[in-house]
Amino acid sequence: MTPHIKTRLLAAAAMFGVAMAPATASAVDLEFYFPVAVGGDAAGIIQRLTDTYMEENPGVNINAIYTGSYADTTTRAITAARGGNPPQLAILLSTDMFALIDEDIILAWDDFVTDEEQESWIGGFYDSFMANSQTGGQTWGIPFQRSTPVMYYNKEAFAEAGLDPETPPATWDELVEMGRQLTVRDASGNVSQWGVRIPSSGFPSWLFTGLVASNGQDGLANNEGTQVMFDTPEVVEALEYLVSLATEHEIMAPGILDWGATPRAFLDGESAIAWTTTGNLTNIRSNATFDFGVAMLPANVRRGAPTGGGNFYLFDGSSEEQLQAAVDFVKWATAPDKAASWSIDTGYVAPRPDTWDTDEMRAYAEEVPGALVARDQLEYAVAELSTYEGPRITQIMNDAIAAAIIGDKTPAQAMADAQREADAVLAAYR
Amino acid sequence: MSTLVVAPTRVDRALFVAGAWLLALVWILPLIYAIWTAIHPSAYETRFVLLAPLTLDNFVRAWNAAPFARYFLNTILLVTMVLGAQLLLCIHAAFAFARLEFPGKNILFALVLVQLMVMPDILLVRNYATMAQLGLVDTILAIGLPYFASGFAIFLLRQTFKTIPKELDEAACVEGCSVLGLIWRVYVPLARPTILAFALVSVSHHWNNFIWPLIITSSVETRPLTVGLAIFSTTDSGIEWSIITAATLITSGPLLIAFLLFQRQFVQSFMRAGIK
Amino acid sequence: MRREWIHAGLLLAPALVLLFAFTHLPAIQTVIDSFWSTPRGRRPSAFVGLANYERLLADPIFIRAMINNAIYAAITIPVSIALALAMALFVQRRIAGRGFLRMAYFTPTVLPLIAVANIWLFFFLPGFGLLEQLRGFLGLSPRNWIGTPDTALYAIMTVTIWNQAGFFMIFYLAALQTIPESLREAAAIEGTPRWVFFRRVLWPLLMPTTLFLSVNATINAFRMVDHVFVMTQGGPNNASMLLLYYIYEQGFRYWDTAYAATLTVVMVALLALIGIGQFFLMDRRVHYK
Repeated sequence: MTPHIKTRLLAAAAMFGVAMAPATASAVDLEFYFPVAVGGDAAGIIQRLTDTYMEENPGVNINAIYTGSYADTTTRAITAARGGNPPQLAILLSTDMFALIDEDIILAWDDFVTDEEQESWIGGFYDSFMANSQTGGQTWGIPFQRSTPVMYYNKEAFAEAGLDPETPPATWDELVEMGRQLTVRDASGNVSQWGVRIPSSGFPSWLFTGLVASNGQDGLANNEGTQVMFDTPEVVEALEYLVSLATEHEIMAPGILDWGATPRAFLDGESAIAWTTTGNLTNIRSNATFDFGVAMLPANVRRGAPTGGGNFYLFDGSSEEQLQAAVDFVKWATAPDKAASWSIDTGYVAPRPDTWDTDEMRAYAEEVPGALVARDQLEYAVAELSTYEGPRITQIMNDAIAAAIIGDKTPAQAMADAQREADAVLAAYR
Repeated sequence: MSTLVVAPTRVDRALFVAGAWLLALVWILPLIYAIWTAIHPSAYETRFVLLAPLTLDNFVRAWNAAPFARYFLNTILLVTMVLGAQLLLCIHAAFAFARLEFPGKNILFALVLVQLMVMPDILLVRNYATMAQLGLVDTILAIGLPYFASGFAIFLLRQTFKTIPKELDEAACVEGCSVLGLIWRVYVPLARPTILAFALVSVSHHWNNFIWPLIITSSVETRPLTVGLAIFSTTDSGIEWSIITAATLITSGPLLIAFLLFQRQFVQSFMRAGIK
Repeated sequence: MRREWIHAGLLLAPALVLLFAFTHLPAIQTVIDSFWSTPRGRRPSAFVGLANYERLLADPIFIRAMINNAIYAAITIPVSIALALAMALFVQRRIAGRGFLRMAYFTPTVLPLIAVANIWLFFFLPGFGLLEQLRGFLGLSPRNWIGTPDTALYAIMTVTIWNQAGFFMIFYLAALQTIPESLREAAAIEGTPRWVFFRRVLWPLLMPTTLFLSVNATINAFRMVDHVFVMTQGGPNNASMLLLYYIYEQGFRYWDTAYAATLTVVMVALLALIGIGQFFLMDRRVHYK
């Protein structure tokens, strides 16, 4: 055997060894999966959070594992749980609740808190965030990195168009009217600035829920996650409105608009108004070369917006000790001071009213009044679309919205089809 | 037969050169854009102002956003391990198919050929379950293991081995040698061009493999570059092209430079490749 | 005889064991899985016979994915190979800046597809994307390349072709080097037009390389879906849905493992057929010499 081959074999054996080395255990070990869904150094912040906790609690060892996007993290968590090796904690989408219940891999938090904590801790979160976190009378998720979409608008563009920069559109009709004035066309008839940008790739059903809510319907599904209300008049109307922005009123670019490119589009002045998550506030604040404002989504019948983002979930299959340590960590991490810095650093909405009372938050709110818009909008917020077989149902809705936007189907047809398809899927869960 | 003069006219040649350059320009446009966005602040991601300020900030942020050094190491380990194992397993198997006679040879070879097209990538769900059973989830070994036995390599090498004249066998074995000796002293050196060609295909494939590593890895210690880079593609807030391109340049830079320096050798090594 | 069998056995064993473990066994298990329902935490799997296949045939998204894959293969394979050959011919002649050209053509292979996808995404974006900015110079009408169903798949295909043509070029370059200069000189003396020379001499001589590359390109046509994750996610409304991406979506986003298995069976059958067909084609060519 040539020496070349020998070294190769040795290397292979070494790699085999390294590759199979198990982790060493000590004290109480917690594994915590987290996604990163907003730019900035969210991963670093989580790391610092866990480091601080470990300093204050020497008997606990938290291994915070960055696991990609929300979708990746869900995949990781379910895969690990199925493989018999679940983490203790994971931050997953609030809408994953039913999938995780169905998989039988998460535990209700109620069993790990005292009655008093039930009231003060669990009861201390905003109701709208708890809507996607509780079902069947039990609490399955603890809100942590929650968001809501807001309407960013370019004050300079408003002024140029002869509109009052301090008065963003408050109703659907105003959005259309102002949008018309904000849409600027050049000599050859091509648009150089669109009035409105409501992205339709990625998470169209999220923003769409806002339109549905502002048209009077409390979200797209029932609280048990077994029934969807897609083809109601309110929903069809909302979709017709969305489609009309591009086709009839021509204040929005035609076709599917990319989600990820929206902040850049807004910053570049491609659109005077952009709907996107409050999580983009820091990004837009740092990079805007113009004066901009933040407003609630416009009302039709009333104000409305969806909630979004991720909750802490507690996983089955660990020891009592680990679970209790995990619960303690989460209680600590959602305490007002920690939640305040987390919210300020990342742009997520603080999930508890008491967080807004901290000095940090007050100072931040003064500096960045836009942050208050998201909080104030919570009053009108409804649950995000969340059901059993959530990703599949959401995709049915996403495809239907896309079909209507590109003109493959009429809004009524798209929603009727979506209702039918969703019913077929959910039949097994009723 | 036509009586057209074959010596290329000047117009002919000009078109030829123009065509080559136009294609090259289009081809390299993404890389140029990547360089542009990486060295300018994010405000210039979409505006191509010639005298825009330069910055190295993006590289710093990209480097800090994810442990690229570790991802790099993981990828190199992975690619080397896979290639090594492939050569070890497949050279031997190919020899058996090329030179030895045994019952069921054709059936077994047909089964090998199935893998040519039915790559482990496609059998994601089941392979994941197998890895879970073996306790190998989230290890670098798990990323590479399904690829060690490469139908493509066996097929290619068998073909090449078959073109080696049998007389060499006898000549080399005059002094008496083992099967392994024969393989490694006679066949492998003669098949080197093919092995090199395969090595290029293998390294390139596994360097850029995404879906399977995405599924099977979950930690920094095992994640290869492609999965690590995906972190920049998954924010639900917005795509920051300046960071993504900076990260791309960091991770592909070494490869690009290597190719720039060694392109001639790359191509030369294929000159005698028996991909025929 | 026996000794030869033992030798063969030892030489083949490691490779065959791994092949079985990660290709054949999972393939068989996948086929079996396709006859059962998906297990969920609270409900175990149940035998359902052909129910999954019936669902498959009635699934408009599956049909769409198959059609898309067919178009995808039908276009990316010949175009990539044709461009690769053109590149090789370009680079082979002694024209100025040959080294730069070679690098330009090969660069895409070195860049990871997942990163490149974001760059191409920018190129295709409506409004402020690169193509939109350039089209002003060319005077064309505005287009939302990835946001309209008519063009989304073509945008995906562009990235695939861009990524693999340069890689294929290397193989053609090598093959071209082995064609004796004397052939070309002879043709020049006889006054053979370049096109005829290409068709009658070069092309047949390059056929083995072409076949080799077409096998690779076919595999890639089914395997390369990484950029779909970033660019279109299969949309809009499944206009750019591809089979492998659909399998990933069903198996790892919806956790519908039984349906994913069913889809996989179809893909495996298809690829096996294509593979066997191409093998017979190539094997004939090899013994041709």
